Amino acid sequence: MSTLVLLTLTGLGLGALYFLIASGLSLIFGLMDVLNFAHGALVTAGAYAAWRLTGHLPFAVAVAAAVATGAVLAALIETVLIRPLYSRPKDQILVTVGLGLALPALVQGIWGADARQLQAPKQLTGTVSLLGAKVPTDRFVLIAAAIVVLAALKLFLAKTRYGLVVRAGVEDRAMVTALGIDVRKAFTLVFAIGGALAGLAGALGGVYFGSVSPDQGTSLLVFGFVVVVIGGMGRTDGVALAAAAVGLIQQFTNYYAASGLGDFAAVAILAVVLLVRGNGEGIQRIIRRTA
Amino acid sequence: MILELDDVRVTLGGSHILQGVSFAVAPTGVTALLGRNGVGKTTTVKAILGLVPRSGRIAFDGDQVHRLRTHEIVCRGIGYAPEDRCVFAKLTVAENLTLAERRGSKHAYDLVYELFPELKTRGAQAAGTLSGGQQQMVAIARTLLNDNRLIVVDEPTKGLAPKVVTEVAEVLERAAERVPMLLVEQNLALVRRLAGDGVVLAAGQVVHRGPVRDLLEDAALTQELLGVGKAA
Repeated sequence: MSTLVLLTLTGLGLGALYFLIASGLSLIFGLMDVLNFAHGALVTAGAYAAWRLTGHLPFAVAVAAAVATGAVLAALIETVLIRPLYSRPKDQILVTVGLGLALPALVQGIWGADARQLQAPKQLTGTVSLLGAKVPTDRFVLIAAAIVVLAALKLFLAKTRYGLVVRAGVEDRAMVTALGIDVRKAFTLVFAIGGALAGLAGALGGVYFGSVSPDQGTSLLVFGFVVVVIGGMGRTDGVALAAAAVGLIQQFTNYYAASGLGDFAAVAILAVVLLVRGNGEGIQRIIRRTA
Repeated sequence: MILELDDVRVTLGGSHILQGVSFAVAPTGVTALLGRNGVGKTTTVKAILGLVPRSGRIAFDGDQVHRLRTHEIVCRGIGYAPEDRCVFAKLTVAENLTLAERRGSKHAYDLVYELFPELKTRGAQAAGTLSGGQQQMVAIARTLLNDNRLIVVDEPTKGLAPKVVTEVAEVLERAAERVPMLLVEQNLALVRRLAGDGVVLAAGQVVHRGPVRDLLEDAALTQELLGVGKAA
């Protein structure tokens, strides 16, 4: 029983990380048709911002700095590099892939390739006893963060003017502009929100794994994309469910089948979903975007 | 003239869709944009709004707008009801209208709900679940909500049942009393009822301009330009 509880909460914690990454990816692709391969680099940037400040400043401030780093970097990337390329999708993909490689390389050049230990505060490094299992506290923090982010995103999409623009833009971007709305502002905002969540994922990922490393973001990004494809473009609820499912399946497979098989299981689930559901709208759009 | 097009050209996928279109829209009443299928009527409308890359000059109420982006052109005071309605299917009717509210404009909900009382009662319904006629109501309501100086309506009766066509015609007639309109329409009975001037396109060029009544009275010309007999 205790193993089951531990595996479930660890899986949900990992799923929470995936959700923080995938929700931004999903909104960005849903609204702008941008496959942001640089999203993992934003996770890394957030992770290193948190790592640099942890120990010098309160941990909450370090996390806030990670969020701000992700948001500012993402807004810069959108306005400077992506915006001129909205009509050139292939170049856009090349730019984000290039950034996704260059930013981690830059981080590696400055701080080295080795993983750096992230010294989280005591409150986060302990364990909580639950149904006979000693569950690391950070799992609960991650799950809580994901729930708060999910609720905030849903409120933003349902209750604000920009949320309305984003939901409409996911359906028909051209018609939104034809109503007199500058959809580019929504693009920058959504990119910044995605970047902020990636930065948060970087900081909390550092706590979850106990360390930060240059390629951490890119490794997580792969599963972020898996979650987006399973959950659906621009569908926050679907992405949350898919993230939880992928995290749980990975943990359980790693424990009950063989360590390392969890990654394979995640991709296998993706294949099964695609076979059962057929080439959904999201996949069709990705194919059109990259073909 | 409220809108003037001068030598507007559009090339899409290597095809020359518009080959130097020039015409003007009168500051009052309805100007009909006519022509057979595929001659470039919808592309002309999209070119006006900057929804397709185009060259040439477009002046709206005396100001050159062809260098502006779509939302800037629309904010000058153009309402657009596109072909196929383009309502946001997953948004509610009320949200579709809220989204159309432009800053700096009064929002004429009284008029909209007077013309389309159903939109008020169906405010919480997802627009995608409305009938074609109701979706058209939403599309036209969006253009009437703001203080527009021109509304552009593309094939508003396409695919609608005859009874609904009559309803749409009545609404367009009311709308045209308030604001000039550029109307793309295949239903010649409706064109005869609503439009004063007409512009006929063929193969991406203007081939006829003049009062709609004169054109539709001339069976041979109607047959030649529009490929149909004299309008009912």
